Amino acid sequence: MANNSSMALQVEDPKNAGGIKARRFVAYVVLILISILCLFWFYVLFVNSTRSNSDLTTGFRPIPSTQLFVNIKNVLTGTQPVGRGLINSLIIASFTALLSTYFSTMTAYAIHCYEFKLKKFIFTFILLIMTIPTQVTALGFIDLVDNMGLMDTFIPLIVPAIAAPAVFFYMKQYMDSTLPLAIVEAARIDGSGEFRTFNTIVLPMMKPAIAVQAIFSFVTSWNNYFTPALVLTINKVKTLPILLAEMRSADFLKFDMGKVYAMILFSIFPVIVVYLCLSKFIVQGIALGSVKG
Amino acid sequence: MSKTRKGKVVSYNKWGYIFLMPFIIVFIIFQLIPLVNTIRYSFYQYFRAGLDWIGPNWVGFENYAKVFGNADIWTYAWNTILMWIMGFVPQIIVSLVLGSWFSDQRLRLKFSGFFKTVIYLPNLIMASAFAMLFFTLFSAKGPINSILVDGLGILKEPFIFFDSMWATRILVAFMNFLMWFGNTTILLMAGIMGIDGSLFEAAEVDGATPTQVFFRITLPLLRPILVYVMITSLIGGLQMFDVPQILTNGDGTPYRSSMTMIMYLNKHLFSRNYGLAGALSVFLFIITGALSVVVYKFNTSED
Amino acid sequence: MKKKLLSVLLSTAMVAALLVGCGEDAPATDGGTTDGGDVTSEDGGAAADVPEWVEPTYEYSATTSDDGTVLNIYCWNDEFQRRVQDHLPGYTYTEGATDEATGNPVGDYNGTKVVWWITPNEGTAYQDNLDSNLAKQADADADSKIDIFLVEADYALKYVDSNASLALEDLGITDADLANQYQYTKDVVTDMNGKIKGSSWQGCPGVLIYNRAAATEVLGADDYDTVQAAVKDWDTFNATAAKMKEAGYLMTSTVYDTYRVYSNNVTSKWVQNGVITVDANIAKWCEDAKAMVDNGYSTTFDLWSEEWSAGFYPAGKVFCYFGPAWLVNFSMAADKEGSIGYEGGWGACEGPQGFYWGGTWACAANGTDNATLVKEIILTMTTDEAVLKEIVMDDDDFANNTVVMDEIANSDYASAVFGGQNPIGVYAGGVSKVDLSNISKWDQGCNEIFQATMKDYFTGAKTYDEAYAEFIKQVIEKYPELEAYN
Repeated sequence: MANNSSMALQVEDPKNAGGIKARRFVAYVVLILISILCLFWFYVLFVNSTRSNSDLTTGFRPIPSTQLFVNIKNVLTGTQPVGRGLINSLIIASFTALLSTYFSTMTAYAIHCYEFKLKKFIFTFILLIMTIPTQVTALGFIDLVDNMGLMDTFIPLIVPAIAAPAVFFYMKQYMDSTLPLAIVEAARIDGSGEFRTFNTIVLPMMKPAIAVQAIFSFVTSWNNYFTPALVLTINKVKTLPILLAEMRSADFLKFDMGKVYAMILFSIFPVIVVYLCLSKFIVQGIALGSVKG
Repeated sequence: MSKTRKGKVVSYNKWGYIFLMPFIIVFIIFQLIPLVNTIRYSFYQYFRAGLDWIGPNWVGFENYAKVFGNADIWTYAWNTILMWIMGFVPQIIVSLVLGSWFSDQRLRLKFSGFFKTVIYLPNLIMASAFAMLFFTLFSAKGPINSILVDGLGILKEPFIFFDSMWATRILVAFMNFLMWFGNTTILLMAGIMGIDGSLFEAAEVDGATPTQVFFRITLPLLRPILVYVMITSLIGGLQMFDVPQILTNGDGTPYRSSMTMIMYLNKHLFSRNYGLAGALSVFLFIITGALSVVVYKFNTSED
Repeated sequence: MKKKLLSVLLSTAMVAALLVGCGEDAPATDGGTTDGGDVTSEDGGAAADVPEWVEPTYEYSATTSDDGTVLNIYCWNDEFQRRVQDHLPGYTYTEGATDEATGNPVGDYNGTKVVWWITPNEGTAYQDNLDSNLAKQADADADSKIDIFLVEADYALKYVDSNASLALEDLGITDADLANQYQYTKDVVTDMNGKIKGSSWQGCPGVLIYNRAAATEVLGADDYDTVQAAVKDWDTFNATAAKMKEAGYLMTSTVYDTYRVYSNNVTSKWVQNGVITVDANIAKWCEDAKAMVDNGYSTTFDLWSEEWSAGFYPAGKVFCYFGPAWLVNFSMAADKEGSIGYEGGWGACEGPQGFYWGGTWACAANGTDNATLVKEIILTMTTDEAVLKEIVMDDDDFANNTVVMDEIANSDYASAVFGGQNPIGVYAGGVSKVDLSNISKWDQGCNEIFQATMKDYFTGAKTYDEAYAEFIKQVIEKYPELEAYN
């Protein structure tokens, strides 16, 4: 790690740039090392999920064993509603990503594009909200959800995403560097309504930023255990992390680390797919620059 | 400015409030109410003993006196900031370097799509699962130790990583780095993409070196996003919780040298001590808010 | 929904008003205002006015009825569910059948619908969910009242010493019904007034599980008598540890292996008149453990870590573990080729002191509306000898019934893991001496924190006094009610 960064710094020094080739070579070496560092964990996870519970007590070994399909079969055919958990997780994470990006962009647009009395105050206020640790309000939040009769529903997990200060802040900063007010003015002259301008002109321009934050929101929601475990108590609505936790509190007869690893692998798979889909927007984002014209 | 135009602006500006409504309403319902309760409880003795509740009894600032009357909170604050810096410095450097490489038109890296995709992948693994993998690798009989002892012969005996204060802190920082540098790189890349490509082209035509492009064009135009990254990292760092929590089984071992402020708060929440947890929360809130304002002002005042 | 939203908004306004209104005097807030019996320091306790310690009490009152149509069982995994499915006469179910409203697993017990509510243990999710539902028990509609909930020994007293659970006698389960249960299993769920408030089908008495190869090499033989003689009390145990070390063996994999053996045999409570007090036997553990670590007889790794489980294999070079039947049968890699268990290389003896480890208890929820059914289920599942025998035979479990287990102890049953030894009598022998009259509701926290904080003392990072100060501090963090007294 330390090596990587110091090497990288040298490359930034132009005086001893012995040509583009040398720079490119160093870049490749660093990138390959970093990629190995990133992918290595998936390999360890994969290897562990090919091993049986007893096998895992012997410590890590780099060579896969033979239990992968047994473990996956145990996950899928157990008494737990894994299929339903997958769907529940997908619903919650998708709506969270959708609502938080859409409404945060809208909130940021309100601050970015309009002049009104409370603007400065509200902007500062939202930034301050960001500094409230989630743990601080978690328990009060559960009481509230209970009082509202919303236990065992997805509402308390999805709707609060509308007020996501960190996503808002990113959108605001992104607009500062990329969204000229002239475009909005032009739309007004063309007779476009404010709401329509937002949806048809501003949102498309924000695509890379939205993709970025959608991924982050989706992944965070997908991996969240703490709040869902307190809100969702019936099988119908349980998400994958809750089912994983159940697996880990299995009794001695059924406790199976191999199965736990297979379950982790199983729950990572859909996020990877979603991530790869959304990351296209980021990776190919250069093309989107032309939209700005 | 003509009068008609001004009038029009005013009529548009009511949309500012309209667009803000969803955020404000949701915030009030789902965050403000619990938050007000948290603050209120900080002035009470209020905790659970078994299934029974003790209090709430009004105690004024006693909870605050307890929080500050004890040097621990500063130790935990120091641990938190230290581990954050240990992870953040390499994180921001690596992310900036990667971001500038990816956006460097002359470098024309092949497979950059692959590399861009790969760096975020560690974040997809749940922190708890990630920690399980770390335990496996860094245990006394794990592969890292067998490389150090048998493979390279650097050590005579296995090194017990989780018994050592610095090893634990470094592992926490390293895990944070691994989980978050991809995130930062993506944020910065998205920011760089927002920069008008013709600026880079113009710079290339003018014969600017990569370093000049980076410091004269990329960095200044990236400033809003950099401010975002710094502030959210700072806030995220001060709220550091899940990685050290899982890696040290919630105890911040050894001897609480990797205990962060939120882990400490979590101890009180765990025993449902709403009074003390409330006071601690207010303290955290003030620290985080103040530091964020400083960073924000520092970064935006030079304009 | 709309109404509720409005009420929430109103309550915000009220909360805000309250906050403003909080002047000098305490507002009359809802919920548990303190009465004489509770432990509180009224004026924020300066050391001078420490209030007198009052042992917590509660007034027991039972509410039951029999008009329920749905039987709700709360648990954290499907262990009890599977036991009921497999062994409870009159219980029928379809594999994978779920309740329409909740999607939870369902079954049918003599015409009454049984719904299983499973919340994982991780974090405090299970207890949080149970607590909030128990708090609503009185107002819950008939179909969602909790009827049975399961608890573990660690936190059983939280529910036993409160009105959350019913005394079994109020269900019509008599002491005679429970006569054959192991005494310790009754102690765990006996409340401060002496009422038994739960019952378990499972006994978890532990034994010293020794490595036969190591015993032969160091002690000259691997039979019960030779080994038991070498570990009959802690001083002998420590002396044997020195011999093991010479032969390259660790006595125990970690010092935490022995902790529950010491802590099951305390003669005083953790909290006396509010003061946290270390029992002589716990202090002995601390002293012995420090010596074990310093002499290289054992290590400071955590239970369940990879370092701990290394001794499941010959190469790990560990002489003994302490554990109940489930540990050696299911958790020590007995099905893995090359492990000591696979080769039948373990032996069982009582060791220095008896102990238990684990177990699940079923409690009847106060306010149940299926009292008769609850009684039948608890009675059948935890005391019926035919059912318990079946559980032992089918599931390799250890039944909480002396008659059933004695029968097996005297049979020609041979355990493969123990190399053909019949260990049942050994299990029963040790645990019969365990006396749990000194358990208290602070035990879980005190035991966990003591082990965790003493680690720094064992490794040499802190002195005993420093580690002890840390221990006291952390216990108070967990149990604020003890603050004024320590």
